[in-house]
Amino acid sequence: MANVEKDAISGQETTGHEWDGIKELNTPMPKWWLYTYYVCIVFAVGYWVVYPAWPTLSSYTKGTGGYSSRGEHDADLAAQKQSRSAWTSKFAAMNVDEIGGDRQLLNYAMAGGKIIFAENCAPCHGTAGSGAPGYPILADDDWIWGGTRDAIHTTVAFGVRSGHDETRESEMPNFLGDEILNKAQIADVAEYIMSLSDGSISSDGVERGAVVFEEQCSACHGEDGKGLPELGGPNLTDAIWLYSKSKEAIATQVSAPKHGVMPAWTGRLSDVEIKQVSLYVHSLGGGQ
Amino acid sequence: MDMNVKKIDEPRQEAKEVLYASRVKIQPQNISGMFRQLKWATLSVLLALYYGLPWLRWDRGPGVPDQAILADMTGRRLFIFNIEIWPQEIYYLTGLLIIGAIGLFLVTALAGRVWCGFACPQTIWTDLFMLVERWVEGDRNKRMKMDDAPFSLAKLWKRILKHSIWMLIALATGGAWIWYFVDAPTITVDILTGQASSTVYGFIALFTGTTYILAGLAREQVCTYMCPWPRFQGAMFDEDSLIVTYEEWRGEPRGKAKGKELGNLGDCVDCNLCVNVCPTGIDIRQGQQMQCIGCALCIDACNSIMDKLGREPNLIAYDSIANMNARAEGRPAKTRLIRPRIIIYSAMLVMIMAAMVYGLATRANLEINLQRDRSPLFVTLSDGGIRNGYTLKILNMEQRDRVFKLRTGDLPDAMITVIGFEKDGATSVNLPVRADKVGTFRVFVQAPADSLDAEANEMEFVLTDLETGEDADQHTFFYGPKK
Repeated sequence: MANVEKDAISGQETTGHEWDGIKELNTPMPKWWLYTYYVCIVFAVGYWVVYPAWPTLSSYTKGTGGYSSRGEHDADLAAQKQSRSAWTSKFAAMNVDEIGGDRQLLNYAMAGGKIIFAENCAPCHGTAGSGAPGYPILADDDWIWGGTRDAIHTTVAFGVRSGHDETRESEMPNFLGDEILNKAQIADVAEYIMSLSDGSISSDGVERGAVVFEEQCSACHGEDGKGLPELGGPNLTDAIWLYSKSKEAIATQVSAPKHGVMPAWTGRLSDVEIKQVSLYVHSLGGGQ
Repeated sequence: MDMNVKKIDEPRQEAKEVLYASRVKIQPQNISGMFRQLKWATLSVLLALYYGLPWLRWDRGPGVPDQAILADMTGRRLFIFNIEIWPQEIYYLTGLLIIGAIGLFLVTALAGRVWCGFACPQTIWTDLFMLVERWVEGDRNKRMKMDDAPFSLAKLWKRILKHSIWMLIALATGGAWIWYFVDAPTITVDILTGQASSTVYGFIALFTGTTYILAGLAREQVCTYMCPWPRFQGAMFDEDSLIVTYEEWRGEPRGKAKGKELGNLGDCVDCNLCVNVCPTGIDIRQGQQMQCIGCALCIDACNSIMDKLGREPNLIAYDSIANMNARAEGRPAKTRLIRPRIIIYSAMLVMIMAAMVYGLATRANLEINLQRDRSPLFVTLSDGGIRNGYTLKILNMEQRDRVFKLRTGDLPDAMITVIGFEKDGATSVNLPVRADKVGTFRVFVQAPADSLDAEANEMEFVLTDLETGEDADQHTFFYGPKK
């Protein structure tokens, strides 16, 4: 533009744009801003040289500084592991009962166990062990495989029907499918089990059911129906039911039993983590 | 009509109208007098308080800081002599701020901006920095001459000396601020030996920088442009407020008398001393201005001239507009101190102070924070009983270890189990909480299902201090299955 217009008041050039008599000034950038901008450009060039910056066809420019964000992350993790080793070495050397007796170690286990539980256990057992039908409640005082610290630790480490060599394993026979019992007998035994739990009035069915129970069920669930934790036979006399509390539900489970599976956590979690989460589960309210 | 139309269409003729005015450096002249003395006195007292208060000790027993005034950042307590404020009681600080604000309104309505002129940290430190400036570079005329003088070694040396002393004062100011947040004797040794944390050094640098910039470089611009207070102080004044005023009726027409003859001239001899001494560079004779910080140095200046000339003092005086008008009309001036706004501000001040004192005197020495477990809402136990879980926090706000007996109210058959205490349910459990600490407990409450009337049952936790027998309640709910 040959003839630039100058604004009389500010002395600045105008851009030539005009709206309703108002003209736009072509005010230059402030000097400090401009120089900061140039410094940034110079800095960027230096950055490309020192840090990883540009993609190439198969890789990227590595930079002369030897920095990588993955390396930084690994170093962070290693440092964290190092700082935790004061605790974790004690955890590795002690069993869960010993750890549970030490208030400081227990506090550490609680903090870590809570997070481990939320990440790994809560999908089935619910937050804070609130449970769901088929997935045992961990906050109550009823334990299929025992509620001591050690028993919980074994269950967490090796799982239930997990396929691990040392897994906890129990199987309820398929009483109807394998023609061990007929439908009438199953109805009787269900009635008997209901009476164990809520003390309902004895009837003919209950008496017949008692005989069937004695023959078929007591081996795993105990003579009195109170369960045998070492065999994984649930207590049938209490108010807690894995599936649901009704005669029909019991008959269904006897006819065609469902078998839940809990994975073995050995290999998925570290030994120390398993101890932490076992102690956390023990503290949820029902630990023995 | 034609002329008007023409005027609008006419192009603007102003050659070059600059809308930006750069700051004119103000070089206040030193003056002595009553108000200058008063300002030195308040400066000394307030600086002594600022540097001295953190060194006052106050024994609170073992394990607790023994500094009389301390905002203990790591321990999360505010100690003011025998008062100890916990984080959740920070509303007491709000109370203090409200008292400060209403107090400011009250004194402003009474006597103008005395806070700004005499007690504000900006004024105190600016005064201190100006004192240094005068010691190093001389008074107003010398300084102005030096500003205009070309570069010389002497000038450079004086500038360096001035800014170095300013920097030292700023450093001492920033350093002392830390004393209010960390134990003063300990942190002083740490700071001097390089043992303090980078946070501490960072804050010292921050406050050093702001002191240097605000008191050394920005000065009156802080009051005029940064501080919001001058913008609405006018709402506090009325015609009876005592403010720094020029008695125009007496001074005008100003001018220098020829010989002893006053002629029709007023008392103002237009010597400009009142302008020269003004730290914000205004002319008080133009009337009330936003920039006036009410420091009253112009009164000292004018009185010194009036004294030399043998005229009545107080041509510039602490006076009210009403009084000035009365004097101008020859009526007797009568200062009215008791006015509706004074009564209202005083009443508000007294009420808030009374509420604060009452609150502090009767404040609880115990606070209970209770969190009910939401997942699971309740647990059915093998015997059919219902159990609810709670996390109970007991805040022991006393300087002694206490033991509380925890029991439940409104749920007669309930049993309590506290993790880490009695293994089996009991009707009550004794919970120890150390002095000045928070005790956290996992509490399980268990009740037979048939004792519950509804899904949500009202329940109370009752804590009894075993030593004093005092009870404290915390209301909550006990959940069971749907009925």
